[in-house]
Parts: sequence; structure tokens; C-alpha cells
Amino acid sequence: MQETKTIQKEITIAVAKTEEKPMLTSPDLKGHFGIYGGKYVPETLMSALYELESYYKKIKKDKSFWDEYNNLLKNYVGRPSPIFQAKRLAKYLGREDVKIFLKREDLNHTGAHKINNAIGQVLLALKMGKTRIIAETGAGQHGVATATACALLGVKCEIYMGRKDTIRQEMNVFRMKLCGATVIPVDSGTQTLKDAINDAIRDWVSNVTNTHYVIGSVVGPHPYPVIVRDFQSIIGKESRRQIKEVTGRLPDLIIACVGGGSNAMGIFYPFIKDKDVMMTGVEAAGEGLDTEHHSATLSLGRPGILHGTMSYLLQDNWGQVKGAHSVAPGLDYPGVGPEHSYFKDMQRIKYVAVNDEEALEGFKMLSELEGIIPALESSHAVYYLKKIINDLPENALILVNLSGRGDKDVATVSNIIK
Amino acid sequence: MNRIEKTFNQLNKNNKCALIPFITAGDPDISTTEKIIKRFIDEGADIIEIGHPFSDPLADGTVIQESSQRALLNNINTSDIFEMVKRIRQYNNETPLVLMGYFNPIYQYGLKKYSQDAKEAGIDGTIIPDLPMEEAHEWISEAKKNNISNILLIAPTTPIERAKKIVMQSNGFIYYVSIAGITGARTTLPPELEQGLKNIKSITNKPVCVGFGISKPEQVESLSKVSDGIIVGSAIIRILEKNLVFEDNKYTPNENLIEEIGNFIKSLKDAIK
Repeated sequence: MQETKTIQKEITIAVAKTEEKPMLTSPDLKGHFGIYGGKYVPETLMSALYELESYYKKIKKDKSFWDEYNNLLKNYVGRPSPIFQAKRLAKYLGREDVKIFLKREDLNHTGAHKINNAIGQVLLALKMGKTRIIAETGAGQHGVATATACALLGVKCEIYMGRKDTIRQEMNVFRMKLCGATVIPVDSGTQTLKDAINDAIRDWVSNVTNTHYVIGSVVGPHPYPVIVRDFQSIIGKESRRQIKEVTGRLPDLIIACVGGGSNAMGIFYPFIKDKDVMMTGVEAAGEGLDTEHHSATLSLGRPGILHGTMSYLLQDNWGQVKGAHSVAPGLDYPGVGPEHSYFKDMQRIKYVAVNDEEALEGFKMLSELEGIIPALESSHAVYYLKKIINDLPENALILVNLSGRGDKDVATVSNIIK
Repeated sequence: MNRIEKTFNQLNKNNKCALIPFITAGDPDISTTEKIIKRFIDEGADIIEIGHPFSDPLADGTVIQESSQRALLNNINTSDIFEMVKRIRQYNNETPLVLMGYFNPIYQYGLKKYSQDAKEAGIDGTIIPDLPMEEAHEWISEAKKNNISNILLIAPTTPIERAKKIVMQSNGFIYYVSIAGITGARTTLPPELEQGLKNIKSITNKPVCVGFGISKPEQVESLSKVSDGIIVGSAIIRILEKNLVFEDNKYTPNENLIEEIGNFIKSLKDAIK
């Protein structure tokens, strides 16, 4: 007993030594996580951001808001999403002793975690008296989630989507239209997600008094990274309860894919103070980290400013933003959330990268072994298990965020396999 | 006193309003930009705004977005712009030159180095549309060391209490955004613009200039009565794009370009009361 205490003390001291500054779990008053975050936006938007911030602060303590939100999550989205132990996957990877649990965000209405944030923000916007919703989308999942939330809550909705993505993700364009949204193809720049965000911000600058911009990830100017993280942290809160119920303890490691980083922040954040829980964010290495075609922002980028926030960024020497690539369109973003950037520097979360080919293997592996077709984004996290499985201690307990289902990717994958 | 302050002192004495034309550096190439800026000077532009192209110009409308894209096709970079400014300074050492660009290229260059090199090249100020007051402290203090004015923007959506803080921190002049929107020529300007300008004029003695959407001599004429300077951007870029030829995967200017831009600047200058 005495010995355990001494060891515990030593560990605490060791932890204290490695952290020169205490780790922040919320941004400062101006929305900075260390050097990251902030509000780098045109002056026209500043008062809207302050309005959003003060409104959100009020609503955070408003029980009736959260009752309404949680009721929709339960009866409309189908929460809580289960955790499922992937035993055949563990066996296939040669480690039957390791318990792999999948957090089934793929079972949510509309097929991914995006709906958690979309419903929350649209509800918030209506409380603020906004009459028009805009959003950006890359893969189309956030667009579909926002269009769905707007249909449900009866508000006008316009979605910006890069021209190239509208072609790659035709089915999601149609789903948005079915839900009554207008889809606006974006022809500027690289015609992908980053340009869709540019155009959504331009729209917001021009219509700021009646319009709320529903950002789909933990990116953008303060207070968005906090708002999106809070709405998505339902994933981690549920997982924490569920995994304790089933196994009696917390996981040793949590794995999630990172594009902008909302599903990862959602599952990580409620464990952030649990020092024994390790966390790994998996970025897209695309065609390889030694090529120009990847989305490994945290692995290979350096701090810069895009879309209103300071974060790691893929850019050239002169500060021009580079295009990103991944077989998974939802990971294809040259920036990343400011809080992820901070947790990387604080070494609280480890960030790694998995390439296109490996992600496809993850996609097939989970489909064949468990009958679950994962989104290509989530397939990055699934494949990462294979990379590390032999380094895991005996009886390790792993939680993987299965952020979305792969229906949207079936055409892409069948084209590649052919 | 830097060139911006000297210019406004002089204009004030004569009770005149400044004409501030904008051009994107490197569209379609840096030597054309140099010629255009020299022509601006010859036509009596009081201050010149040089756009530093950025891959993601989120405060700009289509015209300036496309202009930035054309410039980036040539890989125009910060050093190229400083070198061009040095050449212009050999031609003219009085007209204030202000860089307008997004914050990331400045941040990557290094704030201290950017301030020093801009000063050495002959730059007098910066306008950074995605660097509001809250994030600007570090740059303002670096810029001040080299007598570079950081010009802050005020929008129609800026509450007056906030505007009071902005005018305190803005140097050189205050950039009043005419409309809650992005850059781009408009046929009509909002009716509340004049009142908005007067409100800002009433809280500061610093010059207040107006930009966004201004494209016609008639607009310049009426605004010159209520502001200290008028910024015209997209309307000039439109003339530029009309006079570009796309051949062999690159843009080249035709022979009318400089003359047409010169005539347009002259018409604006003549409209100022």
C-alpha cells in the first residue's frame, strides 16, 4: 500500500515536470488555446461572433435547451449509439486478448456523428432568432446533417459545396435537395471543402443579421471550436459510461480519425483529464507523407491562419494554403481544429497518419470481419489498429470511434477495387 | 510623420479628399503592376493600395478572388512585392503605398522581418482584413517600430462602443467598410452609408476613408463630401481583366490596358470635390 502511494506520487511529480504550464481544457477569454484559435475574421463578423458567444454562454446553463436537444438526440437521432466489441477483428489481428470496442456513430440518423452538432447549432440559431441557415460541406455528411436538421426544425437552408465534391458525392447532393436545402456549387480555388468554407464565410459576411453559419467541424473562429466540441462531446460522455458499464474500467487507448477533428474531439474530450487514457488521432496520409497529396496537417503542417483561426496548416513557404488530398473526402482539409493543435503541442494527444491504401484495407477488413461497412474516414482509425496491435499490452482495452457508415463511399471503393 | 500622415495634412489644408486606387500585385505579372502603379501616381492618386494575393481571400468578391488567382499562377511572393515597391520608390518617393493582404503570409514571413523589410522597401501601411483589433496587438507594435501604420477596418455592423476602441488603435487612417458584405463593385450604395461615416467622423480626428463597392465617378463625387478618402478596387480590376489575353496558359495585358486604367483614375480624380 505504502509502495503504491510512493509510485503514485512519483508519477504525479513526473507529469507535473513535463507540463511547464498547466493544460487548458477551455480557451482563454479571447478564444485562444495557447497560441491557437482566436478570431481572425473580417470586422463585419466580429459582432456576430460576440453575439453567438454570449448567447451560447446563456444557453449552456439553460436546462430547457438541453432537454430539447437531448430529446431530439434520443428520439430522432437514435442515441445513445451503442459500443460494440469487435471480437473477430481482434482475432484476425492476432490478439484475442485485446478488447476492441467500436463507438457506433455510424448508426446515427443520417449515418455519421455530424448530426449531433447540426441539430445543436440549428436549435441555437433559432433561439437567437435567425431565419436562415448556411453551411459548408466536403463529403456531404455535414451538409446532409444540416439539411436534415433544418427540415426537422422548419428553417431555410443553403449548403455550399465545392464543384468537385458535388460530382464525387452526387448522392449526398440529392439527399440535401430531398430535405429541401439549396446546394450551391463553389467554383473558386480548388473547388473543394476549403473553398466551400470561404464562400460560406462570404455569404455570412453579406447576410450576417438574419443568418447563422453552421460550421461542421471544430474549426473556424472562436466560439465555434468550443460549440462544436461541446455538441460532439456526447460521443465521449456516452462511451465513458458504456465502457465502464461493460468492462468496469476506462479504455487504455482511444483512436479516432482527424480531418477538421470534430468526431475525434467529441470522443476524446470527456477523457482529457484521465491521464491513464491515451489518445491517438489518425490523419489521412493520402498518397503518402512523402508526396504533395495528403491531408496530414498535424503531422506535416506548421501554425498558420485559415478560416478565422490559428492552427496547424498545410501551406507553402510564403503562407499560401495548399490543397489537401485523401481518398476520404471528409478528411480532405488543409487546416485542423485549434484545440487539436494545442493538445498536440502539449503532447496530450498523439497524431499519426494512415494512407489511402491502408484506409481501404481497413474498410474491407471491418466489412468482411464484422459486417460493418465503415466510412472511408473512419476506416483510417480502423486500420491504425493493425499498425499498433502488436505493441499493445496484454488485455488492452481499446475504443475506436466509428464516426460514420460507408454507404456514401461504396461507389468510390468499387471503382478502386475494379 | 510618415507619408500617410503628410499626405492627409496636405489634403486637409486644401480641404480635399484622397483618391486611393487598389491593384493586385502580380496580376497578370509584376511588371504590369509596376506600370499600373506608376500610372496611378501620374494621374494624381493620393495613396495607393497594393493587394498581396492570398489563396483564400475570404473578404473578397469574385473579381478580386480571380485577380489573386491569376497572380498566384505566377507564384508571386512577398519578396517580389517588396522588390517592386523598391523600384517604384525610385520613381516616386512621396505617394504613400499601403499593402492590403491577409494575415497568414505576413505571419509566415515573420512579423518583425516583415515590418523591417516593408519599411526598407518603402511601404507606409498595412490593411489586413482578417486581423481585427483583438488579434492585432503584436503586429501593431512591430509595425510601429518601423513607422508603419496598421489601418483597422470598421464595418456597418460594428457597434459604436467598439468603433471607439478601433479608432484609438488604428494608425494612418480608418477604413470604413461601406456595406456589410465582401468587396466588389455595386451599382448602388446603401442609403445609411453617409450616416455611418458621419458617426465615425464624430468619434475621431483621424482620417476616415471609405471602401467596398465604389465603382463610379458619381459615387466618388458624393462620398468625397463626407469622407477623407475613397478606395476603389474591384472596378479597376474589372478594367484589368477586360484587357487581358489568355494564351499559352498565361495571361498577358493588351496594349490598351494602361491607358484605360489611366483614364478611369482620371475620371475618379476629377469627380472629387
